[in-house]
Amino acid sequence: MIELYVLLGLMIAGAIIAIEVRNLLSAVVAVGIVGLALSIIFLLLKAPDVALTQIVVEIVAVILLIRATLHREIAQKSCGTRPFGAFMGILFLGLAVVAAIVTFSSGLSPFGEPLMTVSRFYPLNAIAGTGATNVVSSIILDYRAYDTLGEATVLFTAVIGVLTVMRSVGKKKEEDLQENHE
Amino acid sequence: MNAYMPYVLCMILFSIGIYAILSKRNIIKIILGVVIAEYAVNLFLVLVAYKVGGRSAIFSETQVILPESMVDPLPHALVLTSIVIGLATTAFLIALAIRLYGKYGTFDITRMRELRG
Repeated sequence: MIELYVLLGLMIAGAIIAIEVRNLLSAVVAVGIVGLALSIIFLLLKAPDVALTQIVVEIVAVILLIRATLHREIAQKSCGTRPFGAFMGILFLGLAVVAAIVTFSSGLSPFGEPLMTVSRFYPLNAIAGTGATNVVSSIILDYRAYDTLGEATVLFTAVIGVLTVMRSVGKKKEEDLQENHE
Repeated sequence: MNAYMPYVLCMILFSIGIYAILSKRNIIKIILGVVIAEYAVNLFLVLVAYKVGGRSAIFSETQVILPESMVDPLPHALVLTSIVIGLATTAFLIALAIRLYGKYGTFDITRMRELRG
C-alpha cells in the first residue's frame, strides 16, 4: 500500500500549500489537488461509487470557489493570521492528537481489518433482498432510503438558502420598483 | 503502530483544516479549512471500511464473488451521502462570503465588526 501513503502525503502537502499560500486563486487550485488525490485514494480503497461522486463534487466546488475569488483584485490581497486563535488551535490540536493516539491504540481495529458486525448483513442479503448487484446502491436506495431522502432535503434547502442570500433585490423593494415604474 | 499509520495521517489532515478555521482571518481560507476537514472525515470513514485483499462491493454474473471477500459497504453508502451534503454546505458558505464581500468590501473577518444596516 505504498501508493496510499504517497497520495496521503500529497494531500497533506496540498492542504498546507492551500492554507499558507498568499494568492487566493493558488489556494483554491491546491484544494483541487487535495480533492482529486482523495478520489484516487477512494479508488485504491475499493470504493468506486464514492470516487466518482468525489470527482464531480470536487470539480463543482472548485468552480464555485473560483467564482468567489476570480474577477476581483482580491486574489492578491492576503490577510494575516489571528495569533490568539492560532495559539489555541495548536494547543487543543496537540491535546486532540494525544487523545486520538490513545484511542486508536486501545479501541479501533487496525487498518485493513474492518469490524463488520452490523454490515455483514448487507453483502449476504443484498441480491436476495433487493435484486441489486451493487451492494452500495442497494443500501442507499433500499435499506437506507430515508437517508437519501434526507440528503435530497438538505440539498434543496441549501439551494433555497443560496438563492435567498444571492438575490440582490428584495421582494418588497421589487414591488416598490414596479409600482414606481407604472 | 504501523497498522494505524493511515489513520494518523488522516488525523494530521483534519488538524490542518481545523488550524485554518481557527487561525486565518481571510474568509475564503476559512472555507478552505472547512472543506479540508470534511475531506479528512470522509477519508477516515472509508479507511475504516477497507479490508486487506478485499474487492469492491459489486457482484458479477460471470464470476463467483464471495460476500466475505468484499470491503465494508455501509460506510461507503453513508460517505456518499456525506459528500453531497458537504457540497451543499460549501455552496452556502461561498454564497455568504460573496454577500459579505459585497456589503463590506473585504474578506477580512476582523473588519466586519461594525453592523451597518
